[in-house]
Amino acid sequence: MSTLTTDTRKSYMGLLARARPERLEQLLPDLPAHDWLRRPEIGTTMVRGRIGATGAPFNLGEMTVTRCALKLSDGTVGHAYVQGRDQGHATRAAIVDALMQSEGVEQVDATILAPLRAEEAEKRTSRAEKAAATKVEFFTMVRGED
Amino acid sequence: MYVATKGGERAIDAAHQWLSDERRGDRSVPELSVAQIREQMALAVNRVMAEGSLYDPELAALAIKQARGDLIEAVFLIRAYRTTLPRFGASVPVETDRMDIIRRISATFKDAPGGQILGPTFDYTHRLLDFKLMADGEASEALRKEAEAVVAPHILQLLDQDGLMEPLSDGDETPPDLTREPLEMPADRPLRLQALARGDEGFVLSMAYSTQRGYGRTHAFVGELRIGTCAVEMEVPELGFAVEIGEIELTECETVNQFTGSKSEPPQFTRGYGLVLGQSERKSISMSLVDRALRWEELGEDNVGVPAQDAEFVLYHCDNIQATGFLEHIKLPHYVDFQSELELIRKLRREAADAQVKEAAE
Repeated sequence: MSTLTTDTRKSYMGLLARARPERLEQLLPDLPAHDWLRRPEIGTTMVRGRIGATGAPFNLGEMTVTRCALKLSDGTVGHAYVQGRDQGHATRAAIVDALMQSEGVEQVDATILAPLRAEEAEKRTSRAEKAAATKVEFFTMVRGED
Repeated sequence: MYVATKGGERAIDAAHQWLSDERRGDRSVPELSVAQIREQMALAVNRVMAEGSLYDPELAALAIKQARGDLIEAVFLIRAYRTTLPRFGASVPVETDRMDIIRRISATFKDAPGGQILGPTFDYTHRLLDFKLMADGEASEALRKEAEAVVAPHILQLLDQDGLMEPLSDGDETPPDLTREPLEMPADRPLRLQALARGDEGFVLSMAYSTQRGYGRTHAFVGELRIGTCAVEMEVPELGFAVEIGEIELTECETVNQFTGSKSEPPQFTRGYGLVLGQSERKSISMSLVDRALRWEELGEDNVGVPAQDAEFVLYHCDNIQATGFLEHIKLPHYVDFQSELELIRKLRREAADAQVKEAAE
């Protein structure tokens, strides 16, 4: 077992959940042998908001989520909860979770997580730049003598 | 009275087959894909997600295709599908403060920290039909400008710091859920917001408009309207901590409303709140106006007897699936019901005619 911190694990699990299923499949085409602890299951999560953004919680509506849990042949367990209904997406996310806890963390990070991180950063930058172009720059016109 | 009748099966099958044929339309026109609907009819997809109360753009696009563009029928399909899914849990409340913003405007402060970001808006367009879209014109690429990370605190927090804003209660109680328990009166604010968030956009809009026209006026300013994506986190019991399970697009509106104060509270501004799945600023502004109007009692305002102040009226009529279900059922066979009505009216007529004859004889 590697010494994985909860923060690291949270961070890559979020990254995997947000990844496009097709992209994750390209980066991890072949799945290592695994046994199911929980087969991929499609369900929902009730998304909550807060009144006035910071007040008491209320139920906003649900989103689709797919989850699964599996065990690699070396006994490492991987979990996944990912947005949407793609069972392959959840499976791959759980496999990466397991791989990150066993041998070869650097390789998994370099070949799967690093590209996902870079592409996500690029997407966010692109959106931020488009938003910045629509930011209003007020100027005041001075009228009259004083 | 309900009686089983048989004999319509073949007609029903043929009707559904024709429906499928009509859905496809003229075969010489290329078929729409679900991905095309998802990408190019995004605001219809957003509306179906919001009122279907299920965030899944692909499913909403499929529902729109299946429903031939009838959005309420599409919402119906989504609601029905949702009931087949198990619920894994509830999210940690989303932090709209940390939203990845694409649009953020304030009608109250010109120089709000973080600025006014217009985003991809219809505002300021001339509402003239663009015939270039009819030809195969190239879409224009969005302009870009080097961006720093947007730091955009909620604008109402600025007023909050000065004590001019009604304070928010920040309890962490589990909110009521109308998808699990029947909606009952009196409904507290979390329950009202859940009902409004999935309510029909047209209905909520009209209710909000009625308050602007004087039926329960609340003098709302849009303190802030923001659209963007928010991370959704959920506690996962088998892990023992919360993980991000994805991100969703949200529209949030906070209104600032007048309040003259009461015995216990000094004059201050009060709030209306709207939060909607997907991009829907009309709905979120409407929601915050109606939310504010429904708060008359807790703020010690007069009940002037207008529809938007009547929680029972608003909440029991804002759901378009309940409404259409009850409305449309009257077109289904009521042969026996109507037979008894027919007999009754004939009997009444007979009695009236007999009475007339008797009167004439006397």
